[in-house]
Amino acid sequence: MLLHDTALIYGRYMRQSLRSRFALLFGVLTPLLYLLFFGPLLTGLPLGGRGDSWQVLVPGLLLQLALFGASFAGFMIILEKDQGIVERMRVTPVSRLALLLGRVLREATVFVLQAVLLVLAAVAMGLRAPLPGVLIGFGFVALLTVALASLSYALAMRVRTPQEFGPTVNALTVPSMLLSGLMLPMTLGPAWLDVLSHLMPFRHLVDAVRDAYVGSYATAHVLYGALVAVGLAVLAVTVGTRVFRTAGA
Amino acid sequence: MTIISTAGLARTFRSRRGPVEAVRGIDLAVREGEILGFLGPNGAGKTTTLRMLTTLLAPTGGTATVAGHDLAADPAGVRRACGYVAQSGGVDPQITVREELVTQGRLYRLTRARAAERAEELARELDLTGLLDRRCAALSGGQRRRLDIAMALTHRPGVLFLDEPTTGLDPGSRADLWDLVRRLRDEHGTTVFLTTHYLDEADALADRLVVVDRGVVAAEGTPGALKLAYGGSLDASLQDTFLAITGRGPAPADAAPVAV
Repeated sequence: MLLHDTALIYGRYMRQSLRSRFALLFGVLTPLLYLLFFGPLLTGLPLGGRGDSWQVLVPGLLLQLALFGASFAGFMIILEKDQGIVERMRVTPVSRLALLLGRVLREATVFVLQAVLLVLAAVAMGLRAPLPGVLIGFGFVALLTVALASLSYALAMRVRTPQEFGPTVNALTVPSMLLSGLMLPMTLGPAWLDVLSHLMPFRHLVDAVRDAYVGSYATAHVLYGALVAVGLAVLAVTVGTRVFRTAGA
Repeated sequence: MTIISTAGLARTFRSRRGPVEAVRGIDLAVREGEILGFLGPNGAGKTTTLRMLTTLLAPTGGTATVAGHDLAADPAGVRRACGYVAQSGGVDPQITVREELVTQGRLYRLTRARAAERAEELARELDLTGLLDRRCAALSGGQRRRLDIAMALTHRPGVLFLDEPTTGLDPGSRADLWDLVRRLRDEHGTTVFLTTHYLDEADALADRLVVVDRGVVAAEGTPGALKLAYGGSLDASLQDTFLAITGRGPAPADAAPVAV
């Protein structure tokens, strides 16, 4: 039943996404701009890691795409709450987990599609990375999206207006991006910043994807990254499902 | 036969200024196939009670069963047995009427073919046939309300909860909706649990009224019995009767009450 329910909810929202193809393209615009106008600045710079500048930058942009996109996914549910759609679904026998999973899997699909576009553009700009590494990168994008979209939906179910939601998410995502070394490796900075960044879960994810992009798969970074990503996703889905069950209580 | 029963149903909210007892212990016995008007002034606990009975809100006290399913032990059973139309409706304006109806049927575990068939049946029953392939945004207020009700009837529930179903509708649409509610009772035996701010609506539609005030049942009976007991005669208006029971007028609605 969980599979049936999840597939139904996923299908409903996926059809909604396919109706707005422009949104799909515009979502990938910001990372593309970074790729076009920031990427060339790094060419030839010693970035302290293995691989060239594209192998450092593109993994960061992929996770940035997921971080900013999925964190704001909850906006849609605020609109749906106002339209009574969330309540209408909550009085059906559909599993609360499916109500969340159907939605976050749609987000994951959309962001992986956008990630594919981004990587194709990066390849055109000069990125060279092994296919398994690129696929691992997509896996991390999907897991991070599931985790962040679940938390975003949970927060959106608790707040009343977009005016409460937007600044809260911004206050969390911007420091997360800066402290995770998404744009440049944190090893380039002072030691205290590097130590601080290890407290950010996204740091471990970006290190893992950077390793995968240079063809190193059996590394501590990949292991920690995978553990953090899976752990975060499980925790976030649990929190999100609980909120779908008890919202309004 | 009783289809909804509650005993001491209560809900206390926590707030920064301390606990707020929205519903302080409601005892109800709704008979199968009746239209029950659930009335009360603003803040009386109507919506909180409705949200508890539809499983949207967990009670903090008391017990309740809906169509034989215990609210606390079997919320999924309650959901299968009842339909709910919220005041705000619940359809996506960008989706077609057909798609919303079919998806709703699938959420109630109908097969794809059966859900499509049911969408056609409901469209015929609720006069939506020509609108099936229109987007919900293109519907008028009355059509939209009929669609909301069609969505709630997809799985042929024995109990239908309607929260302020005619707020904002023009007189013609209100009259159509009243007919529809009566047909549901007379032709399908559906029990209708209706909250409304319009006393003329309660008077015209409800077989029995329950008036809540400050989180408890203040009075209950047929409209005639309440008028006699609290208004002094059968000719008393329900407005005067309501004032005599609660000492306050009914909660204001979004639009002024319209006589039909």
